Amino acid sequence: MEENIKKDNIRKEENIVYKKTKLMTDKVLSYCPGCGHGTIHRIIMEVVDEMGIQSETLGIAPVGCAVLAYEFMDIDMQEAAHGRAPAMATAMKRLMPEKYVFSYQGDGDLAAIGTAETIHACNRGENITMIFVNNGIYGMTGGQMAPTTLPGMKSSTSPYGRDIVTMGNPLKITELIAQLPGTYFVTRQAVHTPANVRKTKKAIRKAFENQKLKKGLSFVEVVSNCNSGWKMAPVQSNEWMVENMFPFYPLGDIKIEGELVK
Amino acid sequence: MKELRLMKGNEAISEAAIRAGCDGYFGYPITPQSEILEYLMLEKPEERTGMIVLQAESELASINMVYAGAACGKRVMTSSSSPGISLMQEGISYMAGAELPGLVVNVVRGGPGLGTIQPSQSDYFQATKGGGHGDYHIITLAPSSVQEMADFVKLAFDLAFKYRNPALILSDGAIGQMMEKVEFDEHRPRFTDEEIRKNTPWATTGKTPDRERNIITSLDLDPARQEIHNIKLQAKYRKIEQDEVRFEKIACDDAEYVFVAYGTSARICQKAIQLAREKGIKVGLFRPITLYPFPKKEINELSKKVKGMLSVEMSAGQMVEDVLLAAERNIKIEHFGKMGGIIPSPAEVVEALEQKIIGG
Ligand SMILES: Cc1ncc(C[n+]2csc(CCOP(=O)(O)OP(=O)(O)O)c2C)c(N)n1
Ligand code: SF4
Ligand SMILES: [Mg+2]
Repeated sequence: MEENIKKDNIRKEENIVYKKTKLMTDKVLSYCPGCGHGTIHRIIMEVVDEMGIQSETLGIAPVGCAVLAYEFMDIDMQEAAHGRAPAMATAMKRLMPEKYVFSYQGDGDLAAIGTAETIHACNRGENITMIFVNNGIYGMTGGQMAPTTLPGMKSSTSPYGRDIVTMGNPLKITELIAQLPGTYFVTRQAVHTPANVRKTKKAIRKAFENQKLKKGLSFVEVVSNCNSGWKMAPVQSNEWMVENMFPFYPLGDIKIEGELVK
Repeated sequence: MKELRLMKGNEAISEAAIRAGCDGYFGYPITPQSEILEYLMLEKPEERTGMIVLQAESELASINMVYAGAACGKRVMTSSSSPGISLMQEGISYMAGAELPGLVVNVVRGGPGLGTIQPSQSDYFQATKGGGHGDYHIITLAPSSVQEMADFVKLAFDLAFKYRNPALILSDGAIGQMMEKVEFDEHRPRFTDEEIRKNTPWATTGKTPDRERNIITSLDLDPARQEIHNIKLQAKYRKIEQDEVRFEKIACDDAEYVFVAYGTSARICQKAIQLAREKGIKVGLFRPITLYPFPKKEINELSKKVKGMLSVEMSAGQMVEDVLLAAERNIKIEHFGKMGGIIPSPAEVVEALEQKIIGG
C-alpha cells in the first residue's frame, strides 16, 4: 500500500492525462490563482508548438497583468509601451513578412490608450494575429475602470458603479474593428470551461494559420475573469462572467473570411 | 560611384537613408519636414533596395514601429518636427532602456506648443538631456549643411548600432528646407539575415534551438537589478562621451573671441566672422557636431585661450548652459539668440558680440 502511492508509481505513462505545455517555460506564473491569463498563454503556446513555428514566431507583451508574458512563453518576444503593440506588430511583420507575429493585450491597453493603434492596424489589414484579453477592468493597476467595464459595474475608480452618463458606455471594440475592411477573421471566445478552451484554441490556431493566407488581420477576443479586480473567488468570478459579461459581450465568430457573420 | 545632386536638406535625409541600407522608415507628416516622407513615397525604395516606407497614424505609432523594427536588428528610422518629437519621448525612453539602435530626425520648429513652422533650436535641452523619463541620453548629431544632413544618416545608424542606443539628428527648418549641392555615397546593402544574427545576436529573429529566447524589454521590477542596468547604461554614456565627440573649429587659431554655435546658427556665425574680422575683431567659431556627447574638454581648452565666448542659438539660451559648465569661469560667456522662428542676421550677431562680450 505504502509503495503504491509513491510519486514514481503514479507518474506512469498510462496515468498521464495532461502534460506541461512544451513551449511554456518553467517560470512560475505571476497571475492570481484562477485568472484566465495563464490559460490563454498556454493555448497560444500549444498552437505555436503544434504548428511547429517556434523559430518563426515573434510575440509582443502588453503593459498590463500580462506584461511579463515573455517570461512564460519560450519564444522571442518584445515588451511594448502601454497600448502600442499593434504598431509594433505592424513594423515587425512588414520588416519580416515570413514570420508569424502576434500581439497580446488587455482591454485598457488595446481599447483605451491604444485605440488608435488598434483601429489603424486593423484598418490597414496588417497580416498579424491580435489576441485581446477582455476582463472589463484594469487588473494590473489594482482594479480601476476599463473602457470595457459594464454599466453599473463597480471598480476602484467607479466605486458606485459605472455611470454611463458621466463615464461613458463600455466600448465594443471587437464589433467596431469587425466593420473595417482590413480585418479577415474576428471572433470572441472564453476559457472558463474545457469546452471553451478547445474553441478558443481552434480560433487562435485559425488566426495563426491565416497569416499564411495574407488576407488581413485576425482578431481573437477572449472574455476573461479578473477575480482579484472583481473582488470575487475564482469560481464565483466565472459565474459572474457568464451571467453579466456574456450577455453584453456574446461569444462566437463575428467575421469569417472577411464576411460579417449574420 | 559618388553622385552629385542639388536638393533640399529633408530630401537629402531620405536619399541618404536609402543609400545607408535603411530597412524601414515610419513617419507622420508635419511641417517643416514632410518632404522626408514625401520623397520616400515618390522614390519607391522598396523597388530600389527593399526598404519599406509606411505613413503611420501618429508619431506615437511611428516611434513604436521604430522600437519594434530595431528590436528585430533592422536599421529603422523616423522623422518629425518638435511637437511630434515630444509625442515620441515615451518611446525613445523605452528604446534607451531596452538599448535599441534606431534613428530619429528632428527638423526643429519654434515652440512652445504648436508654436510656429519656422526654424528654431529650442529643442536642445530635450535632445541632449534625455527628453523623456528616466536617466538616459541619446547620441545627438547637429548638421549645418545639406551635405551633413546626408552624411549624418549613415553616421547616426552606425553609432546607434555600435552602442545599442538611439541616435538623433537635430536639424532645423532652415537646413531642412534649403537647397544645396550634396554628394552621395554609393548604396550600402541592407543587413542580410545572417549579418543580423551575427552582429545583433540579441535581436528577436525567432528562437532557434541553438540559442535561448531573445527578449526585448526595458522592464525589471527588481530594484537591485534595475540599478545594475542603470549603472551599465551610465558606463556606456561615459564611453560615448570619451570616444564620440565631434566638432569643427573655424578661424580659432588667432581668435580672441569665439562664437559657439551649431546648425543654422553656425552658418550665420561664419558670415559674422567675416564681418567682424573686416572690423578688426579676431573672432572664430567653435561648432559642436555632437551635441550629446558635448565637446566639454575642447571648449574648456579653448576657453583658456580666449577673452570671451558667445553662444549663438535660435532659442532663449540652452546650449549656453553647457558652455558655461565646460569653460573656465574667468572669461565672459553670454548667450545671443532669437526665438519664435526668427534667424538672426550676421550683423546682429556681431553687434551682440561687441555689446555683450567685448564691451560688456
Ligand atoms: C503610459 C502609461 N500609462 C499608464 C500606465 C499604468 N498602467 C499599467 S497597466 C494599466 C492598465 C492595464 O489594464 P488592461 O490593459 O486591461 O490589462 P489587465 O491588467 O487587466 O490584463 C495601466 C493604466 C502605464 N504603464 N503607462
Ligand atoms: S489582477 Fe486580475 S487580470 Fe491580473 S493576474 Fe490577478 S486576476 Fe488576473
Ligand atoms: Mg483588463
